[in-house]
Amino acid sequence: MLGLEKKDFRLLLIVIGLTMLAPFILNPFPAGSEMAQFNAGYPDLMQRFVIFGIFAIGFNILFGLTGYLSFGHAAFLGAGSYGAVWMFKLLSMNVLPAIAISVIIAGLFSLLIGFISLRRSGIYFSILTLAFAQMSFALAYSVLTPITGGETGLQLALDDPRIFGASQTATGNIPVPALFGLEMRSSYELGVGSWLFTFNAGYYLAAVFMIFAFYMSIRIFRSPFGMMLRAIKSNQTRMSYTGLNARPYTLAAFVISGMYAGLAGGLMASMDPLAGAERMQWTASGEVVLMTILGGAGTLIGPVLGAGMIKYFENIFSKINETILHGWFAFLPDGLENVVVAMIYPFIGKGWHLTLGIVFMLVVIFLPGGLVQGGQKIAAAFRRKKPEDAKPNATEPAE
Amino acid sequence: MSKSNFSRRGVLKTGMVASAGMALPQYLRAQDGGFTNAPGDSDVVLGFNVPQTGPYADEGADELRAYELAVEHLNGGGDGGMMSTFSSDALEGTGILGREVKYVTGDTQTKSDAARASARSMIEKDGAIMITGGSSSGVAVAVQALCQEAGIIFMAGLTHSNDTTGKDKRANGFRHFFNSYMSGAALAPVLEAAYGNNRKAYHLTADYNWGYTTQEAVQSSTEAMGWETVNTVLTPLTQTDFSSYIAPVLNSGADVLVLNHYGGNMVNSLTNAVQFGLREAQANGQNFEIVVPLYSRLMAKGAGANVKGIFGSTNWHWSLQDAGSQAFVRSFGTKYGFPPSQAAHTCYVQTLLYADAVTRAGSFNPCAVAEALEDFEFDGLGNGPTLYRGEDHQCFKDVLVVKGKENPDNEFDLLEIVEVTPAAQVTYPADHPQFAGGALGTCNPGA
Repeated sequence: MLGLEKKDFRLLLIVIGLTMLAPFILNPFPAGSEMAQFNAGYPDLMQRFVIFGIFAIGFNILFGLTGYLSFGHAAFLGAGSYGAVWMFKLLSMNVLPAIAISVIIAGLFSLLIGFISLRRSGIYFSILTLAFAQMSFALAYSVLTPITGGETGLQLALDDPRIFGASQTATGNIPVPALFGLEMRSSYELGVGSWLFTFNAGYYLAAVFMIFAFYMSIRIFRSPFGMMLRAIKSNQTRMSYTGLNARPYTLAAFVISGMYAGLAGGLMASMDPLAGAERMQWTASGEVVLMTILGGAGTLIGPVLGAGMIKYFENIFSKINETILHGWFAFLPDGLENVVVAMIYPFIGKGWHLTLGIVFMLVVIFLPGGLVQGGQKIAAAFRRKKPEDAKPNATEPAE
Repeated sequence: MSKSNFSRRGVLKTGMVASAGMALPQYLRAQDGGFTNAPGDSDVVLGFNVPQTGPYADEGADELRAYELAVEHLNGGGDGGMMSTFSSDALEGTGILGREVKYVTGDTQTKSDAARASARSMIEKDGAIMITGGSSSGVAVAVQALCQEAGIIFMAGLTHSNDTTGKDKRANGFRHFFNSYMSGAALAPVLEAAYGNNRKAYHLTADYNWGYTTQEAVQSSTEAMGWETVNTVLTPLTQTDFSSYIAPVLNSGADVLVLNHYGGNMVNSLTNAVQFGLREAQANGQNFEIVVPLYSRLMAKGAGANVKGIFGSTNWHWSLQDAGSQAFVRSFGTKYGFPPSQAAHTCYVQTLLYADAVTRAGSFNPCAVAEALEDFEFDGLGNGPTLYRGEDHQCFKDVLVVKGKENPDNEFDLLEIVEVTPAAQVTYPADHPQFAGGALGTCNPGA
C-alpha cells in the first residue's frame, strides 16, 4: 500500500499510531502524583520529540545509508530556523511559507557545503563539515548579528513589517505563529479521572510532517537510489570501478538530509518563534549523531527512538533537583536518606549528561545496532519458539 | 496491504472509549482565572531557570541558593531575611496570598534555546506562574520574549546588557539588576578622579550583544569627560588566551585598557594583561591602568591577585552596611556558610518583589502584578531607595563602584567599595539612544 511493502507499511502504521496517540502514551501518570515528574506529554517536549525525530531521520539518510558522517548538520537546522523567523518577521505569521523557505534555504546551504565537503570522504569529510558548521555558528553569533540577532538570537518585534499579516495584535502584542488562524500554541486539554492529556495544535502539525518525512525515508531506503547509497557505504572503490560516479548520489543524499534538517529547523521556529545561534553549534551537530547511533544507524525507526530518548533525558532528568530527591526518599531514616540522595544526585539534575553518557556507552558496547537491536532481541526472546526465518525485511542496521 | 487488522468489534470498542473520553468534563487550567496557569487554593509554583552547566554555572548555583532561601522566607521559614527590612510590609511569611510557595528548577545551559525549552516545560508541565533567573543577557532576552508570548511574568536575574530593558524590553518582563549604561555613568566620574581626564583608552570587547552595549556605554561616558578612544577590538567569546590581543595594546599609544569581558573571559584577559606587565607599564608619561566595567565576586575570585587596585562596577556587594544587606548576608551565611554574590542578591530581591507585587495587587494575574510593579518605589532591599520604572521595567538605584582589594582579609573579601553612585546620576530617559528601538507592548495575561 502507498508503494510500500507489507512490513514497511505496518511500521508506518505503528509510527502513525504512536505519534497520534502520543499525548496518551507520554502521560501515563496521573497529574499531581509523585510520578507525574516523569510525564513527558506536554506540548513543548512532544514537539521536540517529533522535530528532532525529523532531524534524525534526515541525518540517517546520509549517515545510515552512505556512511558519510557529517558533524555539521546543525548548521542546516539553524539556517532553516533563521529563514523561518525571517518569514515571520517579513511576510506573515502563517507557518507554511516559513516552513517552505526553511527547507529551501537549508537545501541551498547544504548544496554549497556538500559540494565542497564531499570532495573528501571519511574523517576528512567529517572535519570539513564540522569546520563549516563552526564557521556558520561563529558568523551567526557575532559577525552576522544584524541578520541573526547574534547571541540574543533572532526574535520577533512589534514593529516587524509582516506585509501579509498584522504587525501586532489588537491588544498590542506580537502575533503568534499559526496555520490559517489555528495557533500553534493552542491546546485542548482532556481530563480523564486524575489524568490530564494535552492535545496541542503545533504538535499535531509537526507530527504530520514527521509521518510524511518518515514515509519519504522508507521510500528512499527501498528505492534503487537507496541501494546506490548503500553501495557507496559498502565499497565506494568498487562502485567507481564499475563506472558509477558516486558523488552525485552522495551530494543528493547530503542535500536531502540537509532539507530534512531545514524542515526540522522551520518547525522548531514555528513552535517557538526564536532562532538562536546555539542551534548551529557543534554540540548540536554531535547530538544528532548520538541520536542516530543510540537508536540504531541505518534502521528506519531507530533515529526517531534515539531522538526521543535524548530529549527525554534532557528535559525530564535535568529537572529533578535535590529537593525532589529528598521527597522521594523521605521514608528512609535521615542519615540513610542523605546518603542515598548524595549517591543518586550526581546522575540526575545537572548531571543528566552523565547518565546519558552511561546509557550511550552501554548501548554502543552491548547493542551496537542501537535501541532497535535491543527491541529485536527482546522480541526474539519472546518468540523463541518460532523458527528464526521469514524476516527478510526486518529493520536491521545496514552495516 | 490486503488484509485489514480492524475488526468490527475493535472499531466499536475504540469508538466507545474515545467518545466517553470526550464526553467527560473538560479541564482547562488556563480559563480558571482568565490568565495562564492560575494557581489553585493551596499552592503556587514559581520557575527558577538558571544555568546549572556551562560557563556561568557558578553564578547559577548561587542564584539557586538565593531562590531557595527566598522561598523559605516567603513560606515563613528561617529568619525572614530582607522581608523584615523591606519597606513594603505586605508579605507576612504565609506564602503568597496564603498559598504555599513551591518551585521547579531548570537548566538554561546559558543557551537561549535550552533556556526557552526549560521555561516552556515549567509553564506547560509544571504550571509555573512566574519564571525568573538567567545569568546572561541573551538568555534573559529570549526567556523574556517567551514569557510575554505565554502570558507569564518574567523577573530577570543577572542580565547587564542594555537590550534587556532597551531594544528587547517586554511588558511582562522586569529587571532589578543594573545595566551597561549605569556602569558607564557610575564609573566615569571615579575614573576621572583617579586617572584624570587626559587619557587614551583601548577597548577589548567580547564579541556579542552584552559586549557591544557595555563598550558603547563606557566609551560614551568616558569620552564625555574628555578621554579619547584609541581603538576598539572585538574578541571571540570562546577565546581563552588573550595574549595576541594584549600585545598590541602597549604600542597603540593608549594608557588605559578597558576589558569589556565577563566571567571566564575577564579572568583570562585580565590575567594575560597583568602577565604582560601592563600594570607596571608607563604610557604617555602616566601609569598604565586597567578597567573592568562589570565586576563580580566570583570573577574576582577567579582572577586572584590580579584584580588588586582595578576599578569596576557592581550591582551589590555583601559588605554593604545597610540593614537590608546585612539581614540578607546573615540569613544566606547561616544557611550556606558563605556570603552571597550579587547574582544571588538580585534573584532573591526579584522573588520578594514579585511576591510583594502579587500580594499588593491581590491577584496572580500578570497584568495586575505588572501594574503593581510599575513605578513602585521601595527601600530596604540592599540598594537604598529604588524605583521600578514603568516605562521600561528597569530598576533605578544606587550603583557601586568597586576596586580590587589590596589586602583581602579572606577569600570572600576581594572587592572594596570605592563609591556608591547615587541613583540620580545613573538615571537616563527611557528614550535614551543606547536604549532606542523596541517597544514594551502591552501586558499579556495569556489564555
